[in-house]
Amino acid sequence: MKKYVIKRIIISVITVFVLTTVVFFLVRLMPGGPFTNPKMTPEVQKAMEAYYGLDKPLPVQYLTYMNNLLHGDFGYSMTHANQSVNSIMFRAFPFSADVGIRALVFAFSIGIVLGIIAALNRGKKLDFVCVLIAIIGTSVPDFIIGGVLQYFFGIKWGLLPIAQYKGFRYTILPMLALAFATLASVSRIMRSSMLEVINQDYIKTAKAKGLNDVEVVAKHEIRNAIMPIVTIMGPLVASVLTGTFVIESIFAIPGMGKYYVESISSLDYTMVLGMTVFFGVLLVIANTITDIAYGMIDPRIRVR
Amino acid sequence: MEQQTVALENDFEVVGRQLEEMESISRPSLSYWQDAWRRIKKNKVAFFSMLLIAFYILLAIFVPIFSPWNFAEQNADDMNAGFSAAHWFGTDSLGRDLFVRAWMGARVSLTIGFLAAILNAVIGTCIGGLSGYYGGKIDMFIMRLVDVLYGIPPLIVTILVMIVIGRGISSLIIAMIIVGWIGSCRFVRGEVLRLKNQDYILAAKLLGVPDLVIILKHLIPNVMGLIITNLTLAIPGAIFQEAFLSFIGLGIAPPDASWGILAKEGIKMLRIAPQQLLITGFLISTTMLALNLFGDGLRDALDPRYRGTE
Repeated sequence: MKKYVIKRIIISVITVFVLTTVVFFLVRLMPGGPFTNPKMTPEVQKAMEAYYGLDKPLPVQYLTYMNNLLHGDFGYSMTHANQSVNSIMFRAFPFSADVGIRALVFAFSIGIVLGIIAALNRGKKLDFVCVLIAIIGTSVPDFIIGGVLQYFFGIKWGLLPIAQYKGFRYTILPMLALAFATLASVSRIMRSSMLEVINQDYIKTAKAKGLNDVEVVAKHEIRNAIMPIVTIMGPLVASVLTGTFVIESIFAIPGMGKYYVESISSLDYTMVLGMTVFFGVLLVIANTITDIAYGMIDPRIRVR
Repeated sequence: MEQQTVALENDFEVVGRQLEEMESISRPSLSYWQDAWRRIKKNKVAFFSMLLIAFYILLAIFVPIFSPWNFAEQNADDMNAGFSAAHWFGTDSLGRDLFVRAWMGARVSLTIGFLAAILNAVIGTCIGGLSGYYGGKIDMFIMRLVDVLYGIPPLIVTILVMIVIGRGISSLIIAMIIVGWIGSCRFVRGEVLRLKNQDYILAAKLLGVPDLVIILKHLIPNVMGLIITNLTLAIPGAIFQEAFLSFIGLGIAPPDASWGILAKEGIKMLRIAPQQLLITGFLISTTMLALNLFGDGLRDALDPRYRGTE
């Protein structure tokens, strides 16, 4: 187990290193530089480049950049005057974390319940409804769901606010839109895993020794069937995170995703790169934790 | 007594074993693909999905050719119009005909989805197949590379590459390929590792069949079904990625249309003309749904072991 954890951590450290290095060299490939501006005289441009250390040889720049990254310094935004990328991220992150965690909790709890209901009623109407929800969730992109929810609940029926983030009522629609796809995959996996468990011998044993149905389902079936959910935690965190990019723009939530999309369209390179590194590292960590957790639960994975 | 035996001997004659008749096959023999096609036809959901995709592809090809409108032609007198005989899907905020734009968008989205998924499958199959078949140092090297690349979120790489090489259909496909092949590479490698130790491969090797022929004649046909199933299920993912990137402003550049662009423009007009988003949403969703269902059906048809399981 120790060996497996160490191996996983080494791989993710290398991954983060490769990711940041790739980001660094991609910046140098980008069209135009940070001070390409017709109003700027060449002298001023030179001075600016010297000020930001862009005149130094590439390896030195690379070391400085890596050093800054290690200290968590992402530099200054190019469109938000006098604001560091860190300060913007620090301000925006709580919003993203709030809506993201709500969506994850909602998706996992409802998804697991739907999967269980579907499996226990296999082939009946309830099963059909649950499977239908799962199919819709995997087929409809989140920005379409977001727009449709806004239209019906916000504009047509006027039930819920469709923009900004100022209280519980504001969180409902973004959470639903963000959670839908995740909810669908969770319920799908939970259903098939439940169906597999239900046919196992130990369930027959439990029934044969006279446990009542509730105990069999709660203590034996669900507890065993929930294992595969752990394996998809990492990828689902990733999908919720990328979901925030569009959901926050649609619902005008001042979170990281909205800033990310804005800085992509306004070509604010430092913001895009800082946030890309941040998201990348976050996802690598999520994947690593998932892998390690899975290795702990299922010893067979470690041997591979 | 004697007469009776003679009669019996004459009544019965020995039929004998007619080898040709015994060996003849009573039913027409079906190849793997014919059998799969027969099963797909029986699976109504999958068959209908296939027809729907074919229908969409035909519309995407022919509507932009035969429509009286041009997808980029603006008309300030006729903005955000509803459904009418002239504009079947209405017009958008710049007065462009949405019927043409929707199918022009389908052209772009479907092209990118199919091409990116196919290229990913081809590249991944080649690398994964060679890596799994030859093993050794090449395999070690490729697998370490894949381990590291697999950890990087693909969307992050795609976004970065799009920023660097600019917007457009070809850059979208390139950006999606750079990390997209890894999934099929891992999976094909696993399959090849499993298959290459099977007895029939060993037998072929003993008979002196060259490696290339083993790969082409024995390994690839055996993995093909799974590759095609995975490919079908990867297409909706690629279509979604294109729509997502165009939506956040990185994919296709306006006035070109794609489903992502149309959804983005539709959401802006949600208050005035909700049909713009609803139509695009319907097209994207039904396409993804049909491809997913067709992929599921194909998996069941190509690999009978999966039948009945989810």
